[in-house]
Amino acid sequence: MRFLMRKLMTFISTILLVSVIIFLVFQILPGDPAEIILGVDADPHQIAALHVSMGLDRPASERYVSWIGAAITGDFGTSLKYQRPVADIIMERLPVTLSLSLFALGLTVMIGLPLGIYITRKDGKLSALITSIISQLGVSIPSFWMAFILILLFSVTFRLFPSYGYVAWSEDPIGAIRSLFLPALALAIPGIAVIIRYLRNTLLDQVKMDYVRTARSKGVHSKAIMYKHILRNALIPVITILGLLIADTLGGSIVVENVFALPGLGSLLISSIGSRDMPLVQTLVLYIAFIVVTINLIIDLLYKVIDPRIQLKR
Amino acid sequence: MNIKSFTKSKPLVTGLFLVTALFIFMLIGLVYTPHEPNTMNTGMRLAQPQAEYWWGTDNFGRDIFSRIMEGAQTAFLVGFTSVSIGLVIGVILGAIAGYFGGWLDEVIMRIMDAMMAFPGILLAIMLVSVFGPGLNNTILSLGIMGIPSFSRIARSGFMQYKQFDFVKAAIAKGAGSIRIIFKHILPNMISPLIVAASLNFSGSILAETGLSYLGLGVQPPNPSWGRMLNEAQPFIISAPWYVMITGVVITLMVLGFNLLGDGIRDVFDKKS
Repeated sequence: MRFLMRKLMTFISTILLVSVIIFLVFQILPGDPAEIILGVDADPHQIAALHVSMGLDRPASERYVSWIGAAITGDFGTSLKYQRPVADIIMERLPVTLSLSLFALGLTVMIGLPLGIYITRKDGKLSALITSIISQLGVSIPSFWMAFILILLFSVTFRLFPSYGYVAWSEDPIGAIRSLFLPALALAIPGIAVIIRYLRNTLLDQVKMDYVRTARSKGVHSKAIMYKHILRNALIPVITILGLLIADTLGGSIVVENVFALPGLGSLLISSIGSRDMPLVQTLVLYIAFIVVTINLIIDLLYKVIDPRIQLKR
Repeated sequence: MNIKSFTKSKPLVTGLFLVTALFIFMLIGLVYTPHEPNTMNTGMRLAQPQAEYWWGTDNFGRDIFSRIMEGAQTAFLVGFTSVSIGLVIGVILGAIAGYFGGWLDEVIMRIMDAMMAFPGILLAIMLVSVFGPGLNNTILSLGIMGIPSFSRIARSGFMQYKQFDFVKAAIAKGAGSIRIIFKHILPNMISPLIVAASLNFSGSILAETGLSYLGLGVQPPNPSWGRMLNEAQPFIISAPWYVMITGVVITLMVLGFNLLGDGIRDVFDKKS
């Protein structure tokens, strides 16, 4: 219980601090928002009226409290460009980003884990070399360039997947998978590289442990040792890495969504920066950071469930 | 440590080779490019690689080889300056947090944790959207993005070293905190900081190409590999070499600094 309370406190304080940082950063914004909306030649009375309606006549601390207070109740304000509640726009875009990220994460695990185990089992110099080449290249290739390569390979040459656009799940599930496959794979590749390397290191560490020697001397088959004993212990640190990968996947989707013209949060963020729709930008940044902090909390709690030995560390 | 332990580390040798080669490539570009990087030749749009244009031409008929040479200057400049900003501010904050501890530590590290909550290049995107695009703002944003990782490394180092006898002896002799931080403790942390700087360098270049690809980073007339990829994307079918060559150069640069960082860490780990 104390563990849970402590984690929840950290969670809340991090979220609040993140929101303060975002609020302060957007205070630096040059120019008067009311003047930007109404134009430089606008009537001073109109500008003053808009100041009052936007709350710009109040001190920053007061504006922060009302912003964050409204955000907690789900009211994120109104987009300048779309003239609609920001929350509605985000809710429309969220399914795209979520399904892309989950798809990418699924590919990371489904390809990364078996490949990592396979490479490690073929132990030797070649396996070490292959692991290091894959893992180094995987984290060095920009994900949007990887997306270009995948487009050239799977869309242009083999014509298997579309090179851009999004099909909603409700309309055509197979079309949705086809439209998300390439962006998800582009996002998954750095994660696969990280998992392979990490899994190999932890597996090789576990092999040296006493419990493996005991199992072996009992005559347990080497496959059983691998899957029943070693893998269970090796997976615990992998889950931590998975938490980091979820954040990376979400961050990476900002760029990759733009490559494939997917109507998710990332492309919304970039287009609203382009149209200087700052209320929308501010909320989107807060929203994405909120998702990441929440996922980190879940991973922390999950970690405790999987391995009860883990104590609260300061 | 001797030369042998350096040359034995394959990542280190490969990384050093890649970084040196690209650095020389960049230096040559300062004094000589085969063509003027910004001269358009509308008769030679999207020409294939050939004797005259080694890596072909772009959609304006500009020489891709010369433009990549010039882009290397931006990449090294952005990498070096943004890592320097992150390193200096991060080490100072980490030193204060680790050496003094207490509420200062709590406050600084909470802020660093909050900065880490922005995934990938989101923090840089937010900063650039407020500061405005351009070379200097990109550098500043990427520098700020690097602060948390340096401060964490510095903090753990300072927490560890302040327990050591040589530090206690220095305190007993009456040395001031600033002297102890910079003269006594910091020199011991050079190797982890070099490793972090090298890995951060590759991260900065990746982030810069991402930002510039999105149109938020480096702006014309400053050359940028990321923006070249943005310009190359519509011609991915008619001129695939444009996309491929630019991406390969970016990857080699990032790979070089990643390998260099990993290699240095391996060498230092074996030593201790």
